[in-house]
Amino acid sequence: MKNKLKVLRAERDWTQAQLAAALEVSRQTINAIEKGKFDPSLPLAFKAARLFKLSIEEIFQDEEN
Amino acid sequence: MTDNTKNKPTKWQQEHKKNTAKLGLWTTIWVLTMALTNFGPRFLWDNNQTLTIIAVLLNFALGLKMVLVNIQHIKGLDEMQQRIQLNAMGITLGLSLIVGLTYSNLDVVNLINFHAEISHLVIFMGLTYLTATYIGTRNYQ
Repeated sequence: MKNKLKVLRAERDWTQAQLAAALEVSRQTINAIEKGKFDPSLPLAFKAARLFKLSIEEIFQDEEN
Repeated sequence: MTDNTKNKPTKWQQEHKKNTAKLGLWTTIWVLTMALTNFGPRFLWDNNQTLTIIAVLLNFALGLKMVLVNIQHIKGLDEMQQRIQLNAMGITLGLSLIVGLTYSNLDVVNLINFHAEISHLVIFMGLTYLTATYIGTRNYQ
């Protein structure tokens, strides 16, 4: 699964640690999601969508599409 | 996200820190009572059976408390950390079962000239869990 987390975070000038704190996960988890090594659960994806005021599809994309 | 809240530890981070400290504390207490149970009869209370039974029961009860605190600690981890722990536990359980029984077989059929001690299995479990957690963490970096 691809995602735009890194771009969205950079646009807001947030660090990984700040995003991790906002989503209540570790910085390592944010790093793994940004690198596509870990796919977040639906609740975490919804939380990210709420934080960025976007829909889940605008942040996460299925790599087969 | 405001500038004030940017570097302040969140409730989740504080909780995680608290859970880790609590796990460290209860593990230390359990290990100390383990030492007390093993060395107390010989060095502290001259093999008094009542005190030995109390020490064994205390060690067992504190072991249960440590397990509960560990569950609380794992529940407090985020989803990726929980997955790393779950994988490490699965690897540890599987390997401990087959290595433990193979080790026991070696003793039973006299292929090793020493006793297969339970402590060897515990050391193996600890090292396997540590290695699996390290590899799991690295895989997500």
